[in-house]
Parts: sequence; structure tokens; C-alpha cells
Amino acid sequence: MSELATYNFAYLDEQTKRMIRRAILKAIAIPGYQVPFASREMPMPYGWGTGGVQVTAAVIGPEDTLKVIDQGADDTTNAVSIRAFFQKVANVAVTTKTREATVIQTRHRIPEEQLTEGQVLVYQVPIPEPLRFLEPRETETRKMHALEEYGLMHVKLYEDIARNGHIATTYAYPVKVEGRYVMDPSPIPKFDNPKMHMSEALQLFGAGREKRIYAIPPHTKVVSLDFEDHPFEIQKFAKPCALCGAHGVYLDEVILDDKGGRMFVCSDTDFCEERREAGHVGELGVANKEAAE
Amino acid sequence: MSEQPLLKVHELSKFYGARIGCRDVSFDLWPGEVLAIVGESGSGKTTLLNCLSTRLTADVGSVEYLMRDGQYRNLATMPEAERRFLMRTDWGFVHQNPADGLRMTVSAGANVGERLMAVGERHYGRIRETAGDWLGRVEIGLDRMDDQPRAFSGGMRQRLQIARNLVTSPRLVFMDEPTGGLDVSVQARLLDLIRGLVQDLGLAVIVVTHDLAVARLLSHRMMVMKNGLVIEQGLTDRVLDDPREPYTQLLVSSILQV
Ligand SMILES: [Zn+2]
Repeated sequence: MSELATYNFAYLDEQTKRMIRRAILKAIAIPGYQVPFASREMPMPYGWGTGGVQVTAAVIGPEDTLKVIDQGADDTTNAVSIRAFFQKVANVAVTTKTREATVIQTRHRIPEEQLTEGQVLVYQVPIPEPLRFLEPRETETRKMHALEEYGLMHVKLYEDIARNGHIATTYAYPVKVEGRYVMDPSPIPKFDNPKMHMSEALQLFGAGREKRIYAIPPHTKVVSLDFEDHPFEIQKFAKPCALCGAHGVYLDEVILDDKGGRMFVCSDTDFCEERREAGHVGELGVANKEAAE
Repeated sequence: MSEQPLLKVHELSKFYGARIGCRDVSFDLWPGEVLAIVGESGSGKTTLLNCLSTRLTADVGSVEYLMRDGQYRNLATMPEAERRFLMRTDWGFVHQNPADGLRMTVSAGANVGERLMAVGERHYGRIRETAGDWLGRVEIGLDRMDDQPRAFSGGMRQRLQIARNLVTSPRLVFMDEPTGGLDVSVQARLLDLIRGLVQDLGLAVIVVTHDLAVARLLSHRMMVMKNGLVIEQGLTDRVLDDPREPYTQLLVSSILQV
């Protein structure tokens, strides 16, 4: 604590923040294009969202309100520690409410509640290069992006269908941004892909270990790749959330006991809580006292 | 054959420092013509092939290609995007080692379908059907379509590499020792297959080989290279039956002794 207290606002020094902001501005100017940046050591290991943390540190100001989610939840170790970090080094207000947040750092989800103008969504990205799995050579993937040679992305989808009868990719599902760059949306479920399309919020992606930043400016077209005879589809859930009864949201499976008991509940915990507070009750939910009265 | 050459090569040279890769090579290649470039290792035949196929940049000279619109284009000054597009549509390149020309970790069907997807085909069913047709033409059973080439024999891999190249109906295919490293019986079968495809499709081929039997079976015309220079060229039967240069005579006589 006392050690951190000697650091600059939001931990990074002003020069580093300027460097990251320049990369962010370039990324916004070229939607979906991966901009290299000089990723710094952060007081947390890679894999804990150092790319996202650097982006957040570069864009956050004293007036901002920060929300941090991990797999949809605000209370995982990862989310809690990143939130605490920014409380400490930037003294910013924090929240779990999507609506109240001006900056949302996320791993693996986009909030269910539609984001609005002025909000910034910062994604933690492990592997930014969507072509990497079939073309390991960086020089070649860079050329493929530059020359818009994206046949390889469809090779992967072809393999999916040949093996499984359908496109089995459910996470990190590749998208084309503004009709130009193919982009890895980070390991969010493909359920969230449509939320990126024409979003009012600014979406920033930071990959710390791989030293890349990319962006989707507000009101940008984001199209998931597919085949004419195998169109893109999002996951569908047979039942609504067991706790709040919500339809059309992304659900996580929760094991209830060792006898095979399980339920499906909102992965976005803030969304679920708010619905329950408003009196919505799912199959296994308990009616909110206040709302019920 | 049409009235215009497909490829016009003019005084092509490539140097590695002071050493000659190839020097002053000039020839025309006609549509549907198979040209063999023969020589021992170090003769410059592979350097020449790489310069012709734009995998290497020549130091001197020019290579012009007759585009589908009927215009000649200098390959050295063609923008990279256009050149790469040409290479994966109107051209093919068959490597000696199939692993260099295949994606070993994706299925045979996807290996053949990749070029179709690269030129914008977005219908899975059609891609699969076309890939299946081509696998059939190179004698690979449909039951192997979803297997990776890692599980294939050397001869099968080479046939798959050929199908992968031909699926976009190229007009010109470069081949680098296409039967090298294969058993003799497998070589013979592959040569028959290549010869049949080349005839059926009217392909122009430039094949590099150290094996005069390959040149004899496949090519209409051949060039003999030594120390980076073309020392003799002509119709294949003429060169092999009546070699004029002492070096060619030596090559031909050495194969007869084996
Ligand atoms: Zn819920």
C-alpha cells in the first residue's frame, strides 16, 4: 500500500500513458487493426489482464466510475483485485452496476444491459491474432491482414463443420470489423458477438503479453464470419435463468449437489441481482421480500 | 496452342554475392506447354524456378506473364497483393516436400478447399463438393476427405498437394522435383497421374528435376543447366536422343548406365 502510494495517478507514469493513448487513438482510427505497443510490467502476472489494466490505466480519469467483471461476475478474485488496484492507485469510484460505470474492464463477457454512449468497455485479451492457430508466422499473418487475405479464417470454420456437423466455435468467434479487418473478440461467448455490432460504447482491447491494442469505435459494423449454408448463430438456452427468470441472456451452469442437481443462471451477476431486486423470480429463485411485500 | 506465349522470360539473372545463381536465361513458355529444367544440384535450376515463380527476386532481366485479360504484366513490378492473388488462383506450385505445400494439421478437404475460400467462396456444401471432385481426380477416396495429411503416405500427400493447387483451374503450375523422395513404383504412378491431368487441363508446367526420366515422361521441351547457365535446350526427345553438348551427353549416358 505505502509502496504503491508513491506511484503516479493510475500507476503508470504520464509518458507511458501517453504512449498507450497514442496506440489507442491509432486503434480507434483503424477499427479492428492490431496496434503494437510497448507493454509495461504491471504489479500482476500476465494472464491476469495486464493488457486490459494498462488500457484502463491510460483512459481512466478521477471522475470515472469503474466496474470490473470476470466471466460476468464482479466478485471473482481477478475482478476484485483489479478493482482494488484502481481504487488504490487512482482513487476512482467503483461500482458493480453496468449502468453507473463509465469504464468497464472485462474478461470473457459483455454485460447484458445495453451499453450507452460515453461508456468504455476494456477487454482483457490473451491472444489477439485470429489467424495464429493456422499460421504461426507473425510476418505472414501481418501480411494477410495488410492484403486482406482472410481465406484461412474460413478454413477453420470449414474444419469445424467437417468435424462436428456445425460451427462448433463458441468462444473467441472471429468477426470482421467495418468490412475490413478480421478480429478476435477475445474469449467472450459468441452469444455476445452481436452486442459488439453498432454499439454506442467505445470498445478497447488490450493484450499485455502479446503487446497489442485494438479497438471498435462506437457505431461500427461487427459481423461474425460464417458460411451461406451454415449461418452464424448464437447459443440458445432451453430455459430462462433459474433465479430471475430472464430469457435471451447468457446462462452459466451451476452444480447444486452431487446427485446431478444443477441449474442455469445468468452469468452476468449484476444483471441477475437487479432483476431479482425488481421482483422477478425464476424457477428456483426466492422472491425478494421487499418487492414481494 | 494460342498465338501468344504465356510467359516471356528475358535475360534473367540472379547472383548470390559474387556467385552466380543463374545467368542470362531467356525463353518463352506457351499455353499448355510442359518445360523441364534439368541439371544436377547446384546447377541453378531451383534458383531459376524460384525467380520465375517470384519466390525470389531476380537481379537482372524480366519475366512477363500473359494475364487472363490478354495483357502482359511484368511480375517484378506487380503489386504484392495482385501477385499473391495470381499465385493462388492462376498459378500453382508443387513442392518436392508436400509438407511445404500443405497444411498438415487441417483435413484433406480443407487443404483443397482453401483456395476456393481464399477467392471468396462462402458456401460450405459447394466447397466440399468441389474438394471431393478433386480428391477423386487425384485418386484419394472420399472416405479420407476429413483426415489430415499427416495420416497419408508420401505419394498420397503429393497427390493431395496437386489437387490443392489445381482446384482454381490455374493456367501455369511450377513443380520442384515433384516425384523426389518417393519410391520408384509410387513415382511411376504419380507421373502417370500428372501427365494425365496436364493433358486434360491443358496446363502449362515448368518442372525442375534432376531425373531425366521425369523430363522424358512429362515434358515437351527441356533446358539443361550447368553452373547457372542454360547450356542446351530443345524438344525433349531431340535433347535426350541426340544431345549436342558434351555435358548433356554425359548426363544422358550416366542415366543409361544405371
Ligand atoms: Zn438471472
